[in-house]
Amino acid sequence: MKNLGEMLLRHEKFSEIVIGNTAIVRAFIESGVRVVTSYPGSPTPEIGTAIASIPVEKRPFYFEFSTNEKVATEIAYGASINGHLSCVFFKSVGLNVAADTFVQLGHMKLTGGMVVVLGDDPGAHSSQNEQDNRHLAQLSYIPVLEPSSPAEIYTFFKKAAELSVKKQMPVILRLTTHTCHQKEKVAFDSWTPEQFDNTPRFNSKDENYVPITSKVFPMKRRALERLEDLALNDPFESLDILHDHKNSRGIITFGTTYLSLMDVLLETANRPDILKLAMIHPLPKNKIMDFLKTHDEVKILEELDPVMEKEIKSMAYDNKISCRIIGKLSQEDHVGEYTPDKVRDVLFRTWNDLVKPAQKSETSVPVPVRPPQMCPGCGHRSAFYAIKKALKEDAIKVGDIGCHTLGFLPPYNMVELLMSMGASTGIASGMSLFNDKRKVVCFLGDSTFFHAGAAGITNAVFNNHNITLILMENGTTAMTGHQEHPGTGHNFDEPTQKIPVKQMLEGMGVKQILEVDTYQQQKLIEAVKEAIATEGFSVVIAKHPCMLKFMRTKKKKSGFELKQVHVDQNKCDQLNECITSFACPTFSRDEKGVVTVNEDLCIGDGSCVQTCPVSAIEFDGGKK
Amino acid sequence: MRNLNIFMTGVGGQGIGMLSEILVRAVDYAGYKFKGVDTHGLSQRGGIVVSQLRIGDNIHSPLIEKGEADIVIALERHEALRAGQEMLKPDGTLIWYDTSWQPLPVRLGSEKEIATKTVIDKVICKKNIRVFRNDLPDTRMQNIAVLSAMISNSLIEGMDLQACEKAMKDLMPEKLLAMNLDVLKS
Repeated sequence: MKNLGEMLLRHEKFSEIVIGNTAIVRAFIESGVRVVTSYPGSPTPEIGTAIASIPVEKRPFYFEFSTNEKVATEIAYGASINGHLSCVFFKSVGLNVAADTFVQLGHMKLTGGMVVVLGDDPGAHSSQNEQDNRHLAQLSYIPVLEPSSPAEIYTFFKKAAELSVKKQMPVILRLTTHTCHQKEKVAFDSWTPEQFDNTPRFNSKDENYVPITSKVFPMKRRALERLEDLALNDPFESLDILHDHKNSRGIITFGTTYLSLMDVLLETANRPDILKLAMIHPLPKNKIMDFLKTHDEVKILEELDPVMEKEIKSMAYDNKISCRIIGKLSQEDHVGEYTPDKVRDVLFRTWNDLVKPAQKSETSVPVPVRPPQMCPGCGHRSAFYAIKKALKEDAIKVGDIGCHTLGFLPPYNMVELLMSMGASTGIASGMSLFNDKRKVVCFLGDSTFFHAGAAGITNAVFNNHNITLILMENGTTAMTGHQEHPGTGHNFDEPTQKIPVKQMLEGMGVKQILEVDTYQQQKLIEAVKEAIATEGFSVVIAKHPCMLKFMRTKKKKSGFELKQVHVDQNKCDQLNECITSFACPTFSRDEKGVVTVNEDLCIGDGSCVQTCPVSAIEFDGGKK
Repeated sequence: MRNLNIFMTGVGGQGIGMLSEILVRAVDYAGYKFKGVDTHGLSQRGGIVVSQLRIGDNIHSPLIEKGEADIVIALERHEALRAGQEMLKPDGTLIWYDTSWQPLPVRLGSEKEIATKTVIDKVICKKNIRVFRNDLPDTRMQNIAVLSAMISNSLIEGMDLQACEKAMKDLMPEKLLAMNLDVLKS
């Protein structure tokens, strides 16, 4: 079996099949990055997986998953102003959490350099929106590079780091879901380990790090000058791609949209010229003006918002360039990922002589939808099944981000609204005002509690809001791939002091805290009933370890034998409680209504046994 | 060789990720250029997991346009019908493992389970290869059973037993490798 960690540390050149999230780790190493931080979030957490493949004692840089994106950014910043090249990575909406610190970075002198890696998510594959973080880059005066493939991620990161070190300024590498997860064979350079100077280089005598009142202006001027300089002297020009067929039509594009474009134009005879940019903020002025001047029509082909379009149009206006610039043509052009299908559609509506319209897929037989599910044995399922029985029909149920969000699905319908990380307690508090008719209950996961949830809870205690919080504690960051968090007693590398959720709540002054294992459904029902009957703020900790993680560990142990449940057909009255109310995906039902257990799926947790009104669910080997 | 588009699909937990890793590496050992992409994240929790692999000298995006897959590999019956109808070219090949992980609406009783016959009758394609084996030591090896059928049907020129074995050696620890090679070769 190939050893990823060994490969990433190779001194000689090599080629390997990797996803973008792996390729970037080799770029960290070759660039001499010293400090890397993150909070897990799709599409970037597999960068952490690749880092974990390198044993900590051999890892040439420090890495941590921090408690949230803001803290992660602050650690990378702190390391950088002490002279270490640093990198922080997180998902699209993570930038909103980091923003308070992030927006200042462009003002600062980052002695060691710092690269911010953003995993944007056009197509909202695993996010609550499609936000285009180029807006935040503009707002913060920070340059952005956007690669389209794993090979480019690797090259662009190294170039971004190089500029960041040289100019002592932050640089953003903007990735998207399908650059992070794209797979190809990448040729990696050789690597010679460096000796680093660990002398703290922080210098507040010659450099201002306190942006207050009038001291802000010179910092802002420097940030603007840096951008202006990049716009006029693009240091990344060699990374651009130009297809020049001397056509009167041109297309300016970047990122994975370029890949879609190339595929869609594969069989087109009269191909427009294509300019693919590496640096997308600030825009390389001269290059774009030359391209506009030499074409009659130029399409700006960009995913999500018309950021580039607006800038190029204003550039053309200021310079009296007569080229017809074609941007977004409809609202739909702002929505969704620019896959080859989408690009074909956009191009057809732009120049209908250029490409054939997208094929209409004809589905003759409808197939039932398949939304994601809580796993077999998931403690959240037991919790939702029980809590539903404890609440009145008209109770308001506020969810949060995490696996428990899946409780929004039938048959539970236990999450009626969702906003952002840690938002549930605050929203629930607001909904409790002028409301003595409908009880407000909110949910929160344990990793999210540490991430951004604590502030809302503190507020609920501080201002004595009349709500019940149900803390769904599964002992891990499950949705993003089981990363550790402050409550697990283990950090990325080693055992560490455990910060128990319950003690935190006690310390914050929560008076009523009830703790129940979610498999004890009857007890949980009683606990929730007791909590909601209490005036003021109350918390129920509904805990059970993530069974996906638990079973993976258990299966690896020698002597493991899987026990499963079955349905005793003599006892089963087809009341369907297991399949339509508890709804573990393990249960299947045939045309005659006979319920059976899918042996591909049952993990033998037995949390379903108690749900059967006629006790027909039994463990194998049980009495027949 | 002309471009070849392979669309893989199944339910989170069935081993689409491993199958796609093996295919990518086997295709590489067979000497082809390629691009691939997998689903990660949320959908892995019992939702639809998709992996795409495009082989050829003039490939840019790893994503396949609707109705443009030459081969659809499905590890589950409902997903075979879904991808067979949405993604497959009329002259393409559908190869699928005949097991059913009932989707939510079926379990809740609001919709009907898809029958084996429907997948055989309703997917428009040149070749429809149904795979089912009752000799598997572990249901999680259904992916390797499908791979084995791909090889015996010579679905990808040059991607033979040898290339797949080499790829699996890159990816699996010894004990797991031995068990999976047994399935591959039988």
